[in-house]
Amino acid sequence: MVGRESISMKGFRFLTGAVLITWLILPLIPLAIWSFARGWFFPSLLPKQWSLQAWEYAFSDTAGVLDSLWITIGIALAATVLSIIVGVPAGRALGLYRFRGKEIVELIILAPTIVPGIAVALGLHSVFIGLGLNNTVSGVILVHLIPTLPYMVLVMAGIFSNYDPSFEAQARSLGASAFKTFWYVTFPAILPGIIVGGLFAFLVSWSQYILTLLIGGGRVVTLPLLLFNFATSGRNDITGAIGMIYILPGIIILLLTARHLSGRSGAVGGFGRI
Amino acid sequence: MSDRVKIVLLLAPAMIIIGVLFFGGLVIGLMRSFSYMPIIGLTEPNFDAYISIFTSREFYLSFLLTFYIAFVSTFISSVLAIGAALLLRRQFIGRAIVNFLFQLNLTVPHLVGAIGILYLFSQSGSFARLAAEWGMIARPSEFPALVFDPYAIGIILQYVWKEIPFIGVIVLANMQALGEDYESVARSLGANRWQAFIHVLLPLIFPGVLSASVIVFAFIFGAYEIPALLGANYPAALPVLAYRKYTDVDLAARPEAMAMAIVIALLSAVMIFLYVRYARRRVRS
Repeated sequence: MVGRESISMKGFRFLTGAVLITWLILPLIPLAIWSFARGWFFPSLLPKQWSLQAWEYAFSDTAGVLDSLWITIGIALAATVLSIIVGVPAGRALGLYRFRGKEIVELIILAPTIVPGIAVALGLHSVFIGLGLNNTVSGVILVHLIPTLPYMVLVMAGIFSNYDPSFEAQARSLGASAFKTFWYVTFPAILPGIIVGGLFAFLVSWSQYILTLLIGGGRVVTLPLLLFNFATSGRNDITGAIGMIYILPGIIILLLTARHLSGRSGAVGGFGRI
Repeated sequence: MSDRVKIVLLLAPAMIIIGVLFFGGLVIGLMRSFSYMPIIGLTEPNFDAYISIFTSREFYLSFLLTFYIAFVSTFISSVLAIGAALLLRRQFIGRAIVNFLFQLNLTVPHLVGAIGILYLFSQSGSFARLAAEWGMIARPSEFPALVFDPYAIGIILQYVWKEIPFIGVIVLANMQALGEDYESVARSLGANRWQAFIHVLLPLIFPGVLSASVIVFAFIFGAYEIPALLGANYPAALPVLAYRKYTDVDLAARPEAMAMAIVIALLSAVMIFLYVRYARRRVRS
């Protein structure tokens, strides 16, 4: 009796698992096929002709895809580095100390991870015009800090809550300077957290659309903006190629950090914004 | 240096950046929604923008549509994510693949998923081609409209695709932390599988599900690019309408755009309240 039940349960699990796998992978398939297709018209199930045209176009100098790629990487790197520099100290304060008003500080840092970007960016845009920051790369980097910085702080707070500061005191008592203590004691201990938090902050910036569109004013064309433009203009083959390029960093980061991507790590919360 | 000074110095840069950019942006948006801009000589705040949007049929339709999209997507994703997590905590053939695809999906931006849904479900998309292959339709126009449609089916499908893994990994971690002891006790006391799930496991994981759902709901309510790509032109989702108003050639529409941004912010404030409440409870238990 029990044996039979477990066999039917196994079958059921296998079946639902297969449906789930199909559903999870399904939307990426036509994107990948389109990037190698040439004139793939209704009602052909598969392209009649295969070609590398879309890829050649994407990597040509005239298409602007490569320019977009470098701008997107530059903005994401800058937002990540700034988030690390500012976020690590704040994470230390939240992870190591108990103080009055801590709950309010946590709430202030949590708020930008839940309030949608458009609610903030419209007001910010009119100020950025006054400061000459609209339509500039620096303006876009600044506005990307809104989603990336809180995320970095929360990740580092988690790292520092498992950190023992008494090693620093020992280093200092043995005569190490403040800088040497940081460099040889603190930094190596928190480096794994910085790397994982930094990679995910990079992805959060990498995926921003409306913040870039509003503050960049259409002048700062990152990869998602270019992707959207090609998708709405009906160039499915080029859209497919750009789409494949666009998801590549995420896959690389996934291969580097897969074991940190369980729901138990604080890092996962940030994926609500990608 | 006292701890107090240390804490202030450590927190100051982050608090200044978030204070200026995030709260500054909100406050300026709020002021402009009242048409209050001393810099250009508008020193008399008024409620015109709010009166204008709250008496406009388009705003109500947009609000209802956005709420409907966010609610339905979040509900379906949560239910299926719980199912997926129940599946993933057991050994079965293909578990490693599902695990990998869950993580892969977390890193794929919503926009890419939206384009994929467009290529699958549009009237000349993969499913329409399959229907033609099987002789069910002859022309693309005979395929039911699943994108740009009034029921926002394409948008909801995209969110369900993207949010099942997001809620799923959180719920799965929750289940693994709880272990199976509680359910075993229920089973040994005579509960069947379904009773053990409904009366024992579900109440235990519910706070975790709710806090993940709150993040998802707030995100969907404020997301621009997915409804901009997959949505009908009228009524448009609230963030799309706000963006259109903001970029309207008529500058008088800008305070209305700001008022809509404030409505979105207020709704997400409710979500933060729920999140903090349930996330805390989860931490305590």
